[in-house]
Amino acid sequence: MRHRKTPFIFGFLVVPVVLYIFLVIWPYAQTFGYSLTDWPGAAPPRKFVGLDNYVALFKDSAFLSALQHNLLLLIVLPLVTILLALFFAFMLNVGGKSGTGGVQGVRGSAFYKVVFFFPQVLSVAILSMLFQGMYRTDKGGLLNGIVIALGLTDEQHPWDWTTNPTFGLWCVMAVLIWSSVGFYLVLFSAAMQSIPKDIYEAAMLDGAKRGTTFFKITLPLLWESIQTAWVYLAIVAMDAFALVSTMTPGSYYGGGPDHHSEIMATLLMRNFITFGKAGYACAMGVVIFFITLVLSVVSLRVSRRDKIEF
Amino acid sequence: MSTNTDATTGIPAQRASTADKPRKPGKEQRFADGGGVLNVFSHGFLALWAVLIIGPLVWIILGSFKNNKEIGDSAWSWPSHWGFGAFSRAWDKGIGDFFLNTLIVLAGSLTLTMLLGSMAAYVLARYEFRGNRIIFYFFVAGAMFPVYLALVPLFFMMKNLGTVIPWLGLNQYAGLILVYTAYSLPFTVFFLHSFFRSLPSAVHEAAMIDGCSHTRAFFQVMVPMAKSGLISVFIFNVLGQWNQYLLPLTLMQQKSSSDPDHSMLAQGLMNLAQQSGYASDFPGLFAGMTIAMLPVLVVYLSFQRQVQAGLTSATLK
Repeated sequence: MRHRKTPFIFGFLVVPVVLYIFLVIWPYAQTFGYSLTDWPGAAPPRKFVGLDNYVALFKDSAFLSALQHNLLLLIVLPLVTILLALFFAFMLNVGGKSGTGGVQGVRGSAFYKVVFFFPQVLSVAILSMLFQGMYRTDKGGLLNGIVIALGLTDEQHPWDWTTNPTFGLWCVMAVLIWSSVGFYLVLFSAAMQSIPKDIYEAAMLDGAKRGTTFFKITLPLLWESIQTAWVYLAIVAMDAFALVSTMTPGSYYGGGPDHHSEIMATLLMRNFITFGKAGYACAMGVVIFFITLVLSVVSLRVSRRDKIEF
Repeated sequence: MSTNTDATTGIPAQRASTADKPRKPGKEQRFADGGGVLNVFSHGFLALWAVLIIGPLVWIILGSFKNNKEIGDSAWSWPSHWGFGAFSRAWDKGIGDFFLNTLIVLAGSLTLTMLLGSMAAYVLARYEFRGNRIIFYFFVAGAMFPVYLALVPLFFMMKNLGTVIPWLGLNQYAGLILVYTAYSLPFTVFFLHSFFRSLPSAVHEAAMIDGCSHTRAFFQVMVPMAKSGLISVFIFNVLGQWNQYLLPLTLMQQKSSSDPDHSMLAQGLMNLAQQSGYASDFPGLFAGMTIAMLPVLVVYLSFQRQVQAGLTSATLK
């Protein structure tokens, strides 16, 4: 070989690998170690305390409710987002009039896709501020404006959206759904368009109704995209930190009122930055990691199906 | 303008305007045929969701022309004057600087991410050597970890790094650039790895026979061939890094009040929002949001096809 391969391979890999190990792998590894100590964060001396942090975690009622909230998000967010996105994608692609050419999409489907997708490119900070305006607890908030205009309440008694203990978390979830539906709509839509039209035409000729074609053809052929969507949304659900910490009440990193919208990430940040319990915070990080790991493994197992090629 | 008319006319007006927008001129919409009912039904729901998306955005933009009293009194009040005072106030409060900070960091981190990511992915995808698989899985594994897991040690590492190399530590552009790059590598390598694998090897072999070096073959043959994959992953990284909130929140903290404010746009806006709780300049805040949204909107509308295609293919890989 005229050109030596080894220096080239080494030269191309050394910088990315070193950077990656130093800034990503090493901090991850450290977290596992720190989670076994009572490290306060600032000063270096720390004592090995074994699994004490983990034991304390599962006696901490705030953590347990945060865990519950994360699980709630994990179920509701993907479910609602995927159902809405599927519904809209189906409407876009086969909701149009059926004419001679079999099934077709609605008019202006490109327009809808452009609009629906837009929240996906908005930064999460913008998203949070936008909805802080929407959820304002006085009559100046857009949602209160709507419920007052609808006569559901009067100007003196506006609703308390995110500060309400029962509905606070649901308000945050609504924002996540609002912003994600468009992306998954486009994803499903692309997958639907790659399904050959003649499959539908054959089914229609055999007398299948649209509903039947959806459940018997579209849904099974979309299964792989739906799995992907579920994994991504599960990650989003575990990562609701920015919205929860800024939109819900609470003196440090939100989570209020009284831990009613607490998630593990807000608790982690508060313990680390505000309370200086870095070891304890690291233990929470490890718990988050294991939940994510279990999710990924489960979804990989479930999604292992025969790949259908057209 | 009174409150009710806005609320009630908003939705039908939107529905009518989208439905009336003819894609194929001259073709009348026929409600009588089989799909007619479903057509109206689907347009109804689609238009409703479109209003749910557009409504809040328009409301924010209108808010930046209102005054404080108009914003607080009623959600439906109409701006009484159309001036740009709120915009210049927002700009003076640092939106311009935050923008510049974000641009500097993104320019650096995106260049580095694309360069290092494609180099690593290329070598891992097309060269056989010992440890190849291990390094690849090492990269893939990083995409699975939630970033919180690394946050605490990362903060102290960057802090300590800053005491050794002053331009790399906390609240430094270079530090954040490296962190953004490192955290974008797993996905970039993962995506481009499969992309480089799918490229035909004939062109590359021809170049090598003609005496091209490995490095030159990469930059002049493989990179141009991988353009579509590179664009997809570039868009993915632009959005990912633009939307990053947690990393700058942790790492771009001013060490003292004399330390210059290097906040990213998202972080800076959020700080302004919290301050404005006291100063209560809501129009200024809304104007800041509008300023932050407009470039994204313009870029998105110009490249929406590429953005949608890029993100979709990046996710499905």
